[in-house]
Amino acid sequence: MRTTQTPATDQLADVFARHGRERSDLIPILQEAQDKLGYLSKETMRAIARQLRVPASSVLGVATFYAQFYLQPRGRHRVVVCRGTACHVRGSREIREGVEQKLGIREGETTEDLLFSYETVACLGNCALAPLLVIDDRYHGRMTRERAATILDEYLQGEAQARGTD
Amino acid sequence: MEPIRSAEELFALKERLRGDPQRHLPCISLCDTGCRALGSAAVRDTFIAEIRKRGLSDKVRLQTTGCHGFCERGPVLVVRPQGIFYQRVAPEDVPEIIEKTVLNGETIERLCYRDPVSRKLCHKEEDVPFYRRQSKTVFRHNGMIDPQEIDDYLTLDGYEALAKALQSMTPDEVIEEVSRSGLRGRGGAGFPTGRKWRLCREAEGSPKYTVCNADEGDPGAFMDRGVCEGDPHAILEGMLIGAYAIGASEGYIYVRAEYPIAVKYLSRAIEQAEAYGLLGDSILGTDFSFHLKIKQGAGAFVCGEETALIASIEGHRGMPRPRPPFPAQSGLFGKPTNINNVETWANVPVIISRGADWFASIGTEKSTGTKIFALAGKVQNTGLVEVPMGATLREVVFEIGGGVPRRRTFKAAQMGGPSGGCVPEQYLDMPIDFDSVSAVGAIMGSGGMVVMDNTTCMVEVARYFTDFVQSESCGKCVPCRIGTRRLLETLTRITEGLGEDSDLALLREIGEAVQTASLCGLGKTAPNPTLSTLRHFWHEYEAHVRDKKCPAGVCKALTTFVIDAEKCTGCGLCLKGCPTEAITGELKVPHVIDQEKCIKCGSCRDVCNLGAVLVT
Ligand SMILES: Cc1cc2nc3c(=O)[nH]c(=O)nc-3n(C[C@H](O)[C@H](O)[C@H](O)COP(=O)(O)O)c2cc1C
Ligand code: SF4
Ligand code: SF4
Ligand code: SF4
Ligand code: FES
Repeated sequence: MRTTQTPATDQLADVFARHGRERSDLIPILQEAQDKLGYLSKETMRAIARQLRVPASSVLGVATFYAQFYLQPRGRHRVVVCRGTACHVRGSREIREGVEQKLGIREGETTEDLLFSYETVACLGNCALAPLLVIDDRYHGRMTRERAATILDEYLQGEAQARGTD
Repeated sequence: MEPIRSAEELFALKERLRGDPQRHLPCISLCDTGCRALGSAAVRDTFIAEIRKRGLSDKVRLQTTGCHGFCERGPVLVVRPQGIFYQRVAPEDVPEIIEKTVLNGETIERLCYRDPVSRKLCHKEEDVPFYRRQSKTVFRHNGMIDPQEIDDYLTLDGYEALAKALQSMTPDEVIEEVSRSGLRGRGGAGFPTGRKWRLCREAEGSPKYTVCNADEGDPGAFMDRGVCEGDPHAILEGMLIGAYAIGASEGYIYVRAEYPIAVKYLSRAIEQAEAYGLLGDSILGTDFSFHLKIKQGAGAFVCGEETALIASIEGHRGMPRPRPPFPAQSGLFGKPTNINNVETWANVPVIISRGADWFASIGTEKSTGTKIFALAGKVQNTGLVEVPMGATLREVVFEIGGGVPRRRTFKAAQMGGPSGGCVPEQYLDMPIDFDSVSAVGAIMGSGGMVVMDNTTCMVEVARYFTDFVQSESCGKCVPCRIGTRRLLETLTRITEGLGEDSDLALLREIGEAVQTASLCGLGKTAPNPTLSTLRHFWHEYEAHVRDKKCPAGVCKALTTFVIDAEKCTGCGLCLKGCPTEAITGELKVPHVIDQEKCIKCGSCRDVCNLGAVLVT
């Protein structure tokens, strides 16, 4: 676990190298930093503020404005249910309830064992195949409450097996 | 890639590419974007492996394309030159497709689409009713080209409209042509594109910017995604022509990060266009220069609004600001900026190459050209549909969309997303264009069309949209921030069975206040779904408030599901699907629902083929 102790500025050196120091570089830098580190810690945001010479509060302001930024660590698997109109009228509410029940967390939360994070999005642009469940960038179309539970079980089993062979 | 230095070199390159024997091989065009959610990636990989295994690499071409439109039947593919259309293809089908169809020209009937009305097998794309009634302009290349190969675009006359504009037209003539075509912005408001360009051209300041709005924040809309992932160069070419006309030298594509494939294909398109010198300095040997960058959105609906989008590109919170000044006068970094929607930009090359008169001859007098609709919800054939403006809702939903599935009835089409409203059955024969749709309290918007059937509750739909805009409101102005919250509270109360008669008047009153007093389009249109459902579905509100019933069986507090013993044959389907084991019954004997256990998920009603599950 050495990486977490490296100062954020060092970890982000390559990200900073790809961008300028303009205000307009802020969002792309936040995006890349999050891709790299999983979420935006206070330390990360402070490093970015120093790099761009803007107040840390303003970096925090931007990070909290956009739905895509996470200020807390997330689970290993990212479970996303679409709550867009097409998914909604085709029953995404049921899938959301099913997922919440299965994982025991509400939207925006992460399970205690850090295995799953669960969130909803406004629309994934795959409305023709509504309702949609996405796990770790794998899209599952025409979802039902039952199938969602089965798919999550597969992930849980996979994790249990992986742990068994550790 | 050698840079192309003149229009002549562009034509010569096209001829060379067209002559390449590789392009004349039997070709399999497989949708590799929208169909991924149905497993098209596995089909693609199996094709690659199978072609390699059989040593057919120089005899067969596999082309991965963008969306063919018919998402409902995905994964879809077309085998050329015959044009045989296959749907719901699985990896297991791949060896047979290569053996029979590609190598021997035979059709595999099992994979063909069967028209549910005529029961006829459709061998080719043009036989399928879904495609037959469409007229593809913006989508003419989707499914024909590999969006990651600029050469595919060039063989189909790509960038020739740009060459024509640069060689034989002045910027004013380009603007004039676009104005005369009657093209109106496809991002929602329908503002005349030519006029917008003119304003920006005449504004003082440099550099000038052009921006492509690929934020597509409307839930239920995916046509811009279809263009970005199917024909990214058409967007680039449109932007180049627009930039030339306006006098812009720099541009941005603002694309939502929720569309990773779009981001990837657009980035690749930019790289390839740069490599050919079609983007950069001295394009096609002229003194016109244009540089294009991508900015990824970060998940805020309001960033689709022009001034918020500008703030977001500049690195700020995406909050709208009052206008004037308009972006055309003072936009990105304080410079004149022209923002158009993806579909608007993609229309530009055809207008230049085929002429304003041709374009204006399509559609209606005040809404010219075609429009792509994202057909979703309770409709048989979901997908992307391009029709001339002025087509009727009935044509789109019933003839192309195949109507409402499972013997249910059409209730409304929700158009225009959170800014729009619901168009009920009595307007099915109304022509769809900018003006007639708004006359009935909805808007055409960007083209989202979510079909709702008799199992959709319109009060709940209004609550849904209000919840959406309430959480997406940037919070800058009070009417929008507080007003939408009040609307949401009231609607929620009604759907929970706690509504009162006076709530209906209250909804109108708050709605009208929010409309008048909000700063940006989000707040101004936020009450539309509520007001339009109040207007067209008043009786459903009454049922909720007075009778404490949800006729559609959606609002849980107001719904009880029962099984009609007369209709039920005891097939057991519903019992298997019930998540709480609330249903009991022996095979072939009518089943019963234990109301204590029932969570009103409605899945028993969804699966029952006999309509035996009733709402009381
Ligand atoms: C809240 C809000 C969200 C919007 N979202 C989008 C969007 O996602 N895509 C888009 O093209 N236009 C969107 N618009 C409209 C744009 O502000 C703008 O009118 C449009 O991009 C102009 O392009 P056009 O003239 O080609 O239609 C939105 C407007 C508002 C008020
Ligand atoms: S109307 Fe709503 S979204 Fe628009 S500026 Fe006001 S608060 Fe923000
Ligand atoms: S509504 Fe859902 S929970 Fe109730 S009986 Fe039907 S399937 Fe079971
Ligand atoms: S699915 Fe319909 S017919 Fe079959 S047991 Fe259930 S209610 Fe009866
Ligand atoms: S509404 Fe769910 S993908 Fe669009």
